[in-house]
Amino acid sequence: MSLIDLANPSRFLALTARALPWLAAATVLAFAIGITEVYFAPDDYQQGATVKIMFIHVPAAWLGVFAWIVMSAAALGTLVWRHPLADVAAKAAAPIGAAFTLMCLVTGSLWGRPMWGTYWVWDARLTSVLVLFLMYLGVIALWRTMDDPAQAARAAAVLTLVGAINIPIIKFSVDWWNTLHQPASVLRLGGSTIHPAILVPLIVMAVAFTLLFVTLHVAAMRNEIMRRRVRTLMMLQAGARMGP
Amino acid sequence: MTALCALFIRDLRLAVRVGGGALIGVLFFLVVVTLMPFAIGPDLGLLARMGPAILWLGALLASLLALDRLLATDHEDGSLDLILTARVPLELAVAVKALAHWLTTGLPLVVSSPLLGLLLNLEAKASGAVALTLLAGTPALTFIGLIGAALTVALRRGGLLLAILVLPLTIPVLIFGVAASNAAIAGPVPFGAPFGILCALTLISLVIGPIAAAVALRQGLE
Amino acid sequence: MNLGPHAAFIVTAYIAATAIVAGLIGWIVLDRRRLSRILDDFGAQGISRRSTRADADKW
Repeated sequence: MSLIDLANPSRFLALTARALPWLAAATVLAFAIGITEVYFAPDDYQQGATVKIMFIHVPAAWLGVFAWIVMSAAALGTLVWRHPLADVAAKAAAPIGAAFTLMCLVTGSLWGRPMWGTYWVWDARLTSVLVLFLMYLGVIALWRTMDDPAQAARAAAVLTLVGAINIPIIKFSVDWWNTLHQPASVLRLGGSTIHPAILVPLIVMAVAFTLLFVTLHVAAMRNEIMRRRVRTLMMLQAGARMGP
Repeated sequence: MTALCALFIRDLRLAVRVGGGALIGVLFFLVVVTLMPFAIGPDLGLLARMGPAILWLGALLASLLALDRLLATDHEDGSLDLILTARVPLELAVAVKALAHWLTTGLPLVVSSPLLGLLLNLEAKASGAVALTLLAGTPALTFIGLIGAALTVALRRGGLLLAILVLPLTIPVLIFGVAASNAAIAGPVPFGAPFGILCALTLISLVIGPIAAAVALRQGLE
Repeated sequence: MNLGPHAAFIVTAYIAATAIVAGLIGWIVLDRRRLSRILDDFGAQGISRRSTRADADKW
C-alpha cells in the first residue's frame, strides 16, 4: 500500500472498508482502558474530583487543534496538487474538529463553574479556543455556501491556511490582551506540575480521542466521496434528460 | 391563501438549503459578541452590566446583515416580478416573505442569545429578559428592514445604502429593547412599561412595513 | 467513587461529551445510509458513472 494507491478514491473506499472496523474496535478498546484509568485516578489536592473533567477537556482541546492541522495539510494538497481526495479530507475534518472544539468549550465551562464561580471567564486559553471554534464555523459556512465542490475546496483551503498562520498570532495577542488586564482572583489551571497518576490516564485518553478522530474522519471521508458520486450521477441524469 | 402558504414554504426551504445562509446571521451574532470583550476588556462585572446592550447591538447588526437577501435574490431570478403581477395582494405577499425571513434569521438570534449571555456573565434571569425582549423586538427589525430592502432592491449595490436607510429607523426598537432588559435586571423602571412600548413598536411595524414595502416595490419596479 | 461536592458538573461534562460524540457518529451513520440508498437507486435505474465503464480515475 502506498500513498498513490490511497489517492485513488475507489481504492480508498475499498481499503478503508477493510480498515474501518479495526479502527473502530481499537477506539472502543482505548476508551475502555482510558475510562477505567480515569475512574481510578486520584483527586487533585486543590481541585478535588473536578480534575476528572480534565481527562476529556484536554484531549478535546488537543484534537480541536489537531483537526485544523489535518485540514491545513489537506489544504496544501488541494492547492498544490489539486487532488480531489485532499478536498474530501479537508471537508470531512471541519465538522469533526468543530465538534471537538465545542466539547472543549462545554467541558471547560462546566469545569469553570465550580472552580471560578462562573461558567465563562475571558481567560486567555478559553478565549483562544472560542476563536478557534469561530474559525471552524466560518470554514463550515464557506463549504456550505458554495455549490461547486472543487471551487468551495479551493476557497476553504485558502481560508484554512490563512487560519493556520493566523491562529498562533491570535493566540499570542489574546495572551497579551489578557495579561494587560488580568482579573485578579482567577485560579490558574495547570499551574502546578502534573502528577504521573494523573498524567497516565490523560495520555491514554488522548490516544483514545485521537483514534476516535481518525475513525470518524475516515468514515466522514467515505461519506463525502459518496456524496460526490451522487452529485455526478445527478448531473449525468440531468444531462441525459436534456441532451440528445 | 394557498399561494401565500406556498410562498411561505418556498422561502423557508430556500433559506435552509445550501447557500441559503439561514445560520450565517447567528454566526455573525456570535462573532460580534465575542469581539466586544476584546475592545472592552475581560472585566466580568462590566461585561454583565453592558451585556444587554451588547446582545441587542449584535442582534441588530446580524439581522441587518441578512436583509439584503430578503428581496434581492428574488429580484435577480425574476420571481419578484411574478409576485408583483400575481393576484395575491402584494402587501400580504411581502409580509409572508418577511415572516419567513424572520423565522429563519430572527428566531435563531433569539434562541442563541441566552448562550451568548453566558459568555457575557449575564445571570439566568437577565439572559431570559434579553431573550424575551429580542423575541418581541426582532420582528420589528425585520419588518422595518423590509422597507429598506424594498427601496434598494433595484439598485445593484444596495447593501450599504440599505444599512444607512434602515439603522436610524430601528433606534426606537433598540432604545426600548435595551431599556426593558435593563429594567428587568436592575432598573428603577418596572419591566412592563418599556416592554409594552417595544411590543407596540413591533405591532406598528408589522402594519407599516408591508404597506410601505409594497408601495416602494410598485414604484421602484415599474 | 466519591466525586465530591461538584459531582453534578463532572457528570454533566461527561454526558455532554458523550452526547457530542454520539451526535457525530449518528450524523455520519445516517448520512451514509441516505447516500448509499440514493446510489443504489441510481444503480437500479441503470445510470452509472463514466469511471465504472472506462478509466477509473474520474469521480
